[in-house]
Amino acid sequence: MKLSVWTYEGPPHVGALRVATAMKGLHYVLHAPQGDTYADLLFTMIERRNHRPPVTYTTFQARDLGSDTANLFKTACQAAYERFKPQAMIVGASCTAELIQDDPGGMAETMGMPIPIIALDLPSYQRKENFGADETLFQLVRRLAKPVEKTAQITANLIGPTALGFRHRDDITEVTALLTHMGIKVNVCAPYGATPEDLTRLGAAHFNVLMYPETGEAACRWMERELGQPFTKTVPIGVGATRDFVAEVARITGLEATLEKARLRLPWYSASVDSTYLTGKRVFIFGDGTHVAAAARIARDEMGFEVVGLGCYNREMARPIRALAKEYGVEALISDDHLDVEAAIAEAAPELILGTQMERHTGKRLGIPCAVISSPVHVQDFPARYSPQMGIEGANVIFDTWVHPLVMGLEEHLLTMFREDFEFHDDAGASHHGGAHVARETATAPANGPEDISDDLKTGEVIWLDAAERELKKIPFFVRGKAKRNTETFASERGLEEISIDTLYEAKAHYAR
Amino acid sequence: MTAHTPPPPTMGCRNAPLLKERGQHEVFCGLTGIIWLHRKMQDAFFLVVGSRTCAHLLQSAAGVMIFAEPRFGTAILEESDLAGLADAQEELEREVDRLLARRSDIRQLFLVGSCPSEVIKLDLSRAAERLSAKYAPRVRVLNYSGSGIETTFTEGEDACLAAMVPALPASDERQLMMVGALPDVAEDQALDLLAQMGLTNVSVLPARNADTEVSVGPNTSFALTQAFLGGTHAALERRGARHIPAPFPFGEEGTTAWLRAVAQDFGIDQARVDAVTDAPRARARKAVAKAAETLSGKSLFFFPDSQMEIPLARFLTRECGMEALEVGAPYIHKALVAPDLDLLAEGPVISEGQDVELQLDRCRAAQPDLTVCGLGLANPLEAEGLCTKWAIELVFTPVHFYEQAGDLASLFARPLRRHDLLKLEAAE
Repeated sequence: MKLSVWTYEGPPHVGALRVATAMKGLHYVLHAPQGDTYADLLFTMIERRNHRPPVTYTTFQARDLGSDTANLFKTACQAAYERFKPQAMIVGASCTAELIQDDPGGMAETMGMPIPIIALDLPSYQRKENFGADETLFQLVRRLAKPVEKTAQITANLIGPTALGFRHRDDITEVTALLTHMGIKVNVCAPYGATPEDLTRLGAAHFNVLMYPETGEAACRWMERELGQPFTKTVPIGVGATRDFVAEVARITGLEATLEKARLRLPWYSASVDSTYLTGKRVFIFGDGTHVAAAARIARDEMGFEVVGLGCYNREMARPIRALAKEYGVEALISDDHLDVEAAIAEAAPELILGTQMERHTGKRLGIPCAVISSPVHVQDFPARYSPQMGIEGANVIFDTWVHPLVMGLEEHLLTMFREDFEFHDDAGASHHGGAHVARETATAPANGPEDISDDLKTGEVIWLDAAERELKKIPFFVRGKAKRNTETFASERGLEEISIDTLYEAKAHYAR
Repeated sequence: MTAHTPPPPTMGCRNAPLLKERGQHEVFCGLTGIIWLHRKMQDAFFLVVGSRTCAHLLQSAAGVMIFAEPRFGTAILEESDLAGLADAQEELEREVDRLLARRSDIRQLFLVGSCPSEVIKLDLSRAAERLSAKYAPRVRVLNYSGSGIETTFTEGEDACLAAMVPALPASDERQLMMVGALPDVAEDQALDLLAQMGLTNVSVLPARNADTEVSVGPNTSFALTQAFLGGTHAALERRGARHIPAPFPFGEEGTTAWLRAVAQDFGIDQARVDAVTDAPRARARKAVAKAAETLSGKSLFFFPDSQMEIPLARFLTRECGMEALEVGAPYIHKALVAPDLDLLAEGPVISEGQDVELQLDRCRAAQPDLTVCGLGLANPLEAEGLCTKWAIELVFTPVHFYEQAGDLASLFARPLRRHDLLKLEAAE
């Protein structure tokens, strides 16, 4: 057993639900107890879907346990087929039904339905949501995709976007545009928007675009092997990655690598002088492996940040993320325990967090600005406006999204800093009410500075001399912690027991960049 | 005071035929009760023994609350726990040790059973006994099941309270016990009204913390504030306490009838009750009247969710002038809701249980003006052109007693008003 409050991923059958809900003409019969229908609201509320997910739950209860549950499953299957007349069905068990061992796949096969029935075997006690989505798509493709004649024009399949995916809806549009500029048509986008019948036409494409390895890699590998379709390894998130993606597609197809850059603004925005203060901003990156890898490259190469920590929660991506971390000179954090992540963030003391919904809250708690780059996300990250992560517009969206909390952060710091100013303090009144303005008396003793930090100072191993301590307090509080830590490290590395003003400034010079 | 609500119908719904259905249930399981129970019991921790699905459900239902150092969590069963039952008890004990070491403020610990733990027949009552002995007297460990196979949504609270009843100290004192977890503001108002009527020996189950003495015995009368407390009702009767049957305290009429029933049980005369309630009754009527302008004459359809449907239908039809087409409840405790059924005019389909597809067919055919349903159905029905009110809000929002009567009515009026306000077609 493992105590958990927050989970980054749901159980694997939720992954299967994400595939089923993304598709049309497919129905999922899920052997599950009453109550598991809660998963519906992820789609109807968080993603704001205007239809119920195409799922029939058997919703068995305690009184059904025993031989009855098998019967219940068959009845539910039959009723679902008659009501929805799907082109294909997937059947499987949730965690509880896995324990009662009714074998939904076996039962459904004996029913002699006139449509393909695909049985899912999703081990609920070992694997999680992303595996469930990947495996479901793989089983669907394996069963339905057949070798067919290639299209006359060069076409590609888009593989991986699902329901409840972070910005999947708009990424599809953006990647389609990238391909269109090269003269490539999209054959099938799956699972998002595809029908089972569409899956039978997958083989007609010349190659596959693997948009999200987490949810599409198994299907792409199978199609590479069985249908001879190569798939792209670059995920086009960020300017550099988008260029690489276009080059990779050109290599696969023999077409010229063309990229329509008229609307691309990230490079100029990042180069403009207003962005200079972004230089060397320390960022911590956490999320699913794909988005983390993309974000790390953008952070370092396109925004000029310093990556001080990175990691992912999905262990399927542990190996590439470990390799990536090495390249960035940091330790990879592979964990699905949000407390580990919080501890790592507190330890790295970044100036910006790029993470999931969970890191947003960690950031709030630690007072660190945060931008969301990956699932799991909440309703506000399924926006009405067009906001892809991939391609040209995705880069623009990312620049705005990441810089926004920093600008806001700076504003907030300035406001707080000037709150103690003799002209701008809270009691001063509004400036246009001239008569009401009362300047505050300036602080008399320097020791009674705006904030007592003597407790902080006592925790260090080295002793701060009074004058150095006063000097430290003159540093704006939002960089004071870093200055203090740097100074103490500097002092202890040199075996100093006391910190004087000179030590403070020697350390400052030492760490200057 | 003159009656402003219609007289009781000559034929109520007490003996109306029940439409009993069995099929796909689109409902929450009892684990969801933890979300509001842990806010009420300030020194309790709810440890679900279940799967990743259980943890995911709590997280989805708790929304943003999950981050405020919550007092609930899930001990997620792993492969090794399923392989052999022998060490499940040890595993659980280890997790509890860790938890209690970290959270010294916890005085009550609930081990909450789930579908997986019930199916593998993990003996949580034995675990609770062992852990209780280990941590007495600082922490009391209880257990109940919130599994979907046994409980529907609010029944989780029922199972939790019923598990507390056998452990309550005995008392022969003449006293009133108010049963059901209410938001503090509503609970305080009720206690204040009862005190003004001269009733001061009142306890509340569940109490806000473990130190508050709640006792029970043959001279205890108890009044329920929630319709879903069938198991707790039975457990209290086993301890010799006597139930005061009454309509549930929704709206002016419901609250007055509830207070009068309690007063009668304690021999308080009607004049005193009237003196205490006249002013708040007038206020409640005034507040309800505003929302009733929107609601009057509108038809209403309830999907099953919380067992609050029958009392709410009674309030909405009698005090707001709505017409009920179908009132669905996941379970109907006749003994508990009979006073409300008496006041609900004959006519609507009263359904128990659910076959969601068939019920959706009935709903589409009926084309109600307002449909009360869960979050999984609300947006899809809106997209079909039906106006909905999502039901889960009714268990989180203060809706009981006089001062909340207007708020309760406006919860139902708001979606209808919004429907009229939005001119989206013109904007396109």
